[in-house]
Amino acid sequence: MDVLGRYEPLVEDIDAFRAACGRPLPSVVRVNTLRTSVERASAALEEAGLAPEPTDWHPGLLRLSGQPGANWPYAHGWLHGQEEVSAVPARVLDPQPGEVVWDATAAPGSKTTQLAALMGDEGRVVATDNNIGRVAALRSNTERLGVTNTAVTTEDARNHSLKPFAHGAYDRALVDAPCSCEGTVRKNPDALAEWTFEHVEGVAAVQKGVLRRAVQATREGGTVVYSTCTFAPEENEAVVDHVLGEEDCRPVEVDLPLSHTNGVTGWQDETYDERLTRAARIYPHHNDTGGFFCVKLEVTG
Amino acid sequence: MSDGDGAGGGNSSEGHTAENVPDRFDRLPATANERVVAGRPSRAAVLEWFEERFGVGPAVFEGYSLWERGAGKIWVLAAAAEPEPDAVDVEALGMTVLRTRQEHWKPTMAGVQRFGGHATRNVLELDRQQARRFLAGEEQELGWDGDWGYLIVAHEIAGEPEPLGVGLYTYGTLRSQVPKGRRREL
Repeated sequence: MDVLGRYEPLVEDIDAFRAACGRPLPSVVRVNTLRTSVERASAALEEAGLAPEPTDWHPGLLRLSGQPGANWPYAHGWLHGQEEVSAVPARVLDPQPGEVVWDATAAPGSKTTQLAALMGDEGRVVATDNNIGRVAALRSNTERLGVTNTAVTTEDARNHSLKPFAHGAYDRALVDAPCSCEGTVRKNPDALAEWTFEHVEGVAAVQKGVLRRAVQATREGGTVVYSTCTFAPEENEAVVDHVLGEEDCRPVEVDLPLSHTNGVTGWQDETYDERLTRAARIYPHHNDTGGFFCVKLEVTG
Repeated sequence: MSDGDGAGGGNSSEGHTAENVPDRFDRLPATANERVVAGRPSRAAVLEWFEERFGVGPAVFEGYSLWERGAGKIWVLAAAAEPEPDAVDVEALGMTVLRTRQEHWKPTMAGVQRFGGHATRNVLELDRQQARRFLAGEEQELGWDGDWGYLIVAHEIAGEPEPLGVGLYTYGTLRSQVPKGRRREL
């Protein structure tokens, strides 16, 4: 099945979209600012011959001329290999030092450790995943990067319990949901080979449950960000549309310094809440990245 | 109250068993007098050890609480506005800094990279070639006039020395303690 062809009605320049999906991704690292400065990490990467090039929208997110995992700054815990577009949701969530933040679907921890860094390692991040193997990867990343403000729980995020902790509701929550991963095709061509509509439907049901729990667990006036690395409206706007009907929250405008298009308000026979135009769709040809969807919600009850 | 000040006395409150529960995080008692679980180090003992062994003063750990999970594995957690309960049943709580189950306490690689920059003694600085062998997990012969035992191993990167990991020095030999998953051939 031509999965990318499904999105012809949504994507303005379908040829550029298809061409970008066929190219490999640039190698990108995020500097772990808990451990060093962007300047010093850049100097160390220069020493290693990796020619770091800053991205123009996120300090410390550097494109490299080679692989990110075998060099001195990496060995020191100064770097984390992270696809450029995967740095978007934590920036949109904008957590502040001292806040209490839930990363609902956290493994392998790229966003968890980015959240901790944005918070200056102050306050609390609770990072949850239901897969014990992936939790091990999350654990090794928080350890390697020297993150001290994060607690890890292994549980189904839909039933997340605050019981182990002193805090009540969260100030902010991130749901970077498990998805059909169509937008990672540049990294993993099998993403499309294994695609089935049944999987999309099944994963959308999980996404709805996790996002609902995130809204419930966040205080009134708090922020929830929902994101995926897929194009399918069934896993994006449709999920948020469902949760807007079930929980007290509203989409708010996102100030996103990357090229993108707005969320859609209709797909095939479905129509969605008009405010979903406040969501962002990032296609691979926009910024030479993977594909991404992101929406910011304010909790109103 | 800062979480790091440690409501250690709370360890004697109800609901605590007198044995180490391997899968649970228990806050270290503030001092040995408040100890309930036999063999569990106190916060005071851990801070004293870091100061004696490496010159890392107790002020470095202000704002952090210390926890045990698994026999002798010590974790460090940043303070939050509301201090966590004295026992927390989760997968991880902050990061590991120290292992205390053997006669000689051993800092972790992550702990040394995170806090070792404050050290003023028992830091062995390697040149680039020696650092390569160390990161690959090899042992090497080299001279060292300081204490034997677990040392902070550092080397220069981007113009300044930086702690890299933990080495065990005895009889003219430095044994790399870099965990298998973090070894690299650079």
